Amino acid sequence: MNGRLTLFTFASPPRFYWLTGKLIPWLWAACIALTVAGLYVGFFVAPTDATQGEAYRVIYMHVPAAWMSMLLYLVMAFWAAIGWAFNARLASMVARAIAPTGAMFTFLALWTGAFWGKPTWGTWWVWDARLTSELILLFLYLGYMALVNAIDDTRRADQAGALLAVVGAVNVPIIYFSVKWWNTLHQGATISMTAAPKMAETMLTGMLLMTFACWAYAFAVVFMRTRAIIVEREQHTEWVSEMVRKQGAGA
Amino acid sequence: MSSVFATIVARDLRLAARRRVEALLPIAFFLVAVSLFPLGVGPEPQTLRQIAPGVVWVCALLAAMLSLTQLYGTDHADGSLEQMLLSGESLWLVSAAKALAHWIVTGAPLVLSAPLFGILFDLSAPANLTLALSLLLGTPILSLLGGLGAALTLGLRSGAVLLILIILPLCIPALIFGAGAVSAAEAGISTRGHFSLLGALLIGSGLLAPWATGAALRIATE
Repeated sequence: MNGRLTLFTFASPPRFYWLTGKLIPWLWAACIALTVAGLYVGFFVAPTDATQGEAYRVIYMHVPAAWMSMLLYLVMAFWAAIGWAFNARLASMVARAIAPTGAMFTFLALWTGAFWGKPTWGTWWVWDARLTSELILLFLYLGYMALVNAIDDTRRADQAGALLAVVGAVNVPIIYFSVKWWNTLHQGATISMTAAPKMAETMLTGMLLMTFACWAYAFAVVFMRTRAIIVEREQHTEWVSEMVRKQGAGA
Repeated sequence: MSSVFATIVARDLRLAARRRVEALLPIAFFLVAVSLFPLGVGPEPQTLRQIAPGVVWVCALLAAMLSLTQLYGTDHADGSLEQMLLSGESLWLVSAAKALAHWIVTGAPLVLSAPLFGILFDLSAPANLTLALSLLLGTPILSLLGGLGAALTLGLRSGAVLLILIILPLCIPALIFGAGAVSAAEAGISTRGHFSLLGALLIGSGLLAPWATGAALRIATE
């Protein structure tokens, strides 16, 4: 890596490939260490909740997953838009790599939410504003993935996906508020999590540790997927064939 | 400028008039689909009155989606879409004109036939009027957003299903306020809030959706 380090140094696929190759083991290590620490704090240190008992401990997976699901959609839309506006190949690849992870976190948030809802609310699902908008977020992820996979031409797929992701990002607040108003118009809010009492300090620590673990996981997986996309798209280039030859010689 | 708009609308309407049966298919779908619900749910007037707004709105949504694949498909196939893109006219106008023509062919008949279903579902007269008005404000939103979906999925193998998958989540706000207005009217509550929000959605999508559709057409035909 010679030359000056600028904002765009790692926008070049070979350099990005090299950098992420170095980072991924560290990210996995961070992910595992943070998960172990977070789960330890969550299961053994944090006290039992006064009203919900032990069932509340789903929170250590549920809340980080829900945060990640929303954040990753915005990050995906951002990189897709950058890739579209500036014709930055790598940004488009990153956007595509984020989508499955975001959808996975959305599904995880819904799934763990159902597990949490059953013992505390007595039902797997309610058409609450938050739950419904999370479900719609899953649909948006699925639509994005279906669209980019249906278009064979990668350039068109990236640009069409970017447009859809941006339209979706604009729509997310509209959908959230309409669902919220719909809910309050149809039935009084039966469950309010905003009115919950303040959390114990250790609970918050456990949740933050798990959030960072999810971040490390998301980075690691997105980088791995981006690397696969890079190799696939750049297979005709010199550096990829060079790399494959070296690996073939090493094996 | 506005002559382009009028020309495209007139052309699409003429094309629809030449293929009358095809143009009527979405309406036929709407009629059949709505009629299935009482058969599935049961004939109790109380239940029917309760589900009527949602049923009519969801069926209108699906009927609008079904006819959208052909919005740009045939123009793309015969090359006239490329001519429109090459003409140098604003793509916003082209997309808006296509959406308007689509609404006149599929949306307006839905609005006109909706009161009939209000009667079949035993809606009160004010609720029935609200149903027609909410569809009048809401179906253009579906045509506008659907135009975006049609442009994004232009020429794809599984375009029709894909279009429905990507556009339906975006139509949810229109569905909520449209069906909500009718429920409110049925319950005797003021519908002004619903209509204001529906109008805001219409204005917003009317300004932004043609622009996005134009960008999607550029991407698709590049």
